[in-house]
Amino acid sequence: MKRFGDFTAVDGIDVSVAPGEAFGFLGPNGAGKSSTMRMIACVSMPTAGELRILGKDPAVHGSEIRARLGVCPQLDNLDPDLSVRENLTTYARYFGLSRQEARRRAEELLEFAQLTEKAASQVEPLSGGMKRRLTIARAMVNDPDLVLLDEPTTGLDPQARHLLWERLFRLKQEGKTLVLTTHYMDEAEQLCDRLVVMDGGRIVAEGSPRALIERYSTAEVVELRFGVLRPADLVGKLEGVGERVDPLPDRILVYTGDGDAAVAEVHRRGLAPSSVLVRRSSLEDVFLHLTGRRLVD
Amino acid sequence: MVTTLLAMRISPVRVGAVIGRNVGALRSGPSYWLVLVSGFFEPLLYLLSIGVGVGALVGEVPLDADRMVPYAVFVAPAMLAVSAMSGALSETTFNFFFKMKYMKTFEAVLATPVRPMEIAFGELVWALVRGSLYTGVFLGVMVALGLAAPWWALAAFPVTILVGLAFGAAGMAISTLMRGWQDFDLLSTGQFALFLFSGTFSPVADYPGVLQVVVWATPLYQSVELVRGVVLGDLGWGLLVHAGYLVVMAVAGLVFAARRLERLLLP
Repeated sequence: MKRFGDFTAVDGIDVSVAPGEAFGFLGPNGAGKSSTMRMIACVSMPTAGELRILGKDPAVHGSEIRARLGVCPQLDNLDPDLSVRENLTTYARYFGLSRQEARRRAEELLEFAQLTEKAASQVEPLSGGMKRRLTIARAMVNDPDLVLLDEPTTGLDPQARHLLWERLFRLKQEGKTLVLTTHYMDEAEQLCDRLVVMDGGRIVAEGSPRALIERYSTAEVVELRFGVLRPADLVGKLEGVGERVDPLPDRILVYTGDGDAAVAEVHRRGLAPSSVLVRRSSLEDVFLHLTGRRLVD
Repeated sequence: MVTTLLAMRISPVRVGAVIGRNVGALRSGPSYWLVLVSGFFEPLLYLLSIGVGVGALVGEVPLDADRMVPYAVFVAPAMLAVSAMSGALSETTFNFFFKMKYMKTFEAVLATPVRPMEIAFGELVWALVRGSLYTGVFLGVMVALGLAAPWWALAAFPVTILVGLAFGAAGMAISTLMRGWQDFDLLSTGQFALFLFSGTFSPVADYPGVLQVVVWATPLYQSVELVRGVVLGDLGWGLLVHAGYLVVMAVAGLVFAARRLERLLLP
C-alpha cells in the first residue's frame, strides 16, 4: 500500500516472486507500477502492509538490500559529466568495489552492452538504445541477485528492443531474478514467466502469459472492417457470432474459439466486410479487456 | 558528534565514492575547470581594485583601539574569508541543486547502498576541497604582496576550512529548500549583502548601534573577524566565540540537509 497525501498510488497488492523467476507488472499509465517498483527498490517505504525484499525488511535493512539489487529506472539517469566507462566504474565504487575490480567489471559490462567502442565517449551523444544498454549494464555492476527494470524498452526502435531482449534473456538464463514493468505486450510475452495486470493501484489478473490468454480471451480474434459503415451500427447484426464482440471506432473485434467458422457465419448473415483478419489472441487482448480502452493518464 | 555519525552508520568508502564522482567529473572536460578557476578571481580582483587601489587613498584604518593597519592589510583577510565562503557556496548551492534536481545524480546514487547522509558528507567534503584550492592560492598571493606573514598565513589555512565547512553545510541546507532557479537570485543578493557589510571594507565599529548587532549575528562577519584575527596575529578569546559560531552552523546545516534530502529523495 502506498499513499501520497490523499492519493493512493498502490491500493493493496499481494505478490511474491521466487528466485530465478522473471516477473512482470503490466498496466496502463498510472496503474501504480512505478510506485511498486520504487518500493521494491527500497527507495520508497510502503505506507501500510508488509514488504520483504530478498527476505529482509527495507525499513531496517534498506542499504544492505540495495547492495544486492540492480535497478534500471524508467528514465535514464546516467551521469552526463562522466564518460561511458566512468559511469560504470563510478557506480561500482558506490557498491564498495575496489578501483581495480571496478575497472575489470566495467570492461566486462561494456562488452555485454556492446559499448566497448564507445567507452571513452560522453553519455550525451549516445543513441537512446545505447543509453538504455548502458543503464542496464550499470545495473549489473554489483552482480545483483535481483534486477528491477522499469519499462526497459520504452522509446526504442525495434532493432534496439530486440537486442535488449536478447541481453535480458541472457540474464534470465544466468539465473537472475528479473522484475519488470512494461506496457508492451510482446515484451511481456517474450520475457515473463509470470505476470500481474495492474489497474488503479490494484491487481486485476495474475498468471503466465499463456494462462492469462486462455482465461481472459479466446483462442482467436477476427478483425472485421466495413469501409464507411460505422462499427457501432453493425454490432447488433453480429450478436451471437463468437463469444464476445468488441466494436472499435475503425473495426470490430470478434473473440472466438474458431476464427474461420466465425468468418463463415458473418458472410452467412449477409454482411460484407471490406477486410477480414483472423489472428491468434494475444496478451494485448487480455490487457485491453481487463483495463478498458479509456485513456487514463 | 562522533556517536551521531556512528548511529547514522556513515561508511567512509561510500563517502569516498561520492567524492570520487566529482573528481571524475573534473577529469571529463574543460567546462567544470572553467567554473572552478573563475570562482577564484572575484575576491582577488576586489583585493586589487579596492584593497590596493582605494587603499592608496584611504591610508590606515584602526584594527582595534590601539593598532592601525594599512587599508589593504585590513581588506585582504576579509577577501580570504569571502573566497572560502563563495568556494563552498557555489559547490553546495548551484552545483548541488543541479545534480539533485535536474541531473538526477543523487537519484541514481540512492539506488545503491549509499545513504542520503553519505551523499551530504561527500558533497560537503568536495566543496571543502574546492574552497581550499581558492584559499590556498589566495593566501599565497597575500604573502607575495606582503599582506600577511608566512607563518600566520599557514595558521589561517585551517581556519578558512572551518569557514568553508560552515558555509558549505548551510548552502546544502538552503539547496534542499530551493524551489527553482529564481530562488538563486535571492541567494546571490543575500550573499552580496554579506560581502559588503560584514566588516569587509570598513570597520563595523563605525556602524550605528542597532546595525552592529545585526551584523554581529551574520556568519560572514564571524568568519571575517576570525580569519583577520589569525592572519594579523591578533589573538584573543573572542576568536573562540567566532569559531564556536561556525562549528554550530556547520553541524546544524549538515543535519538539516541530510534530513531534508532523505525526505526529498526517499518519499
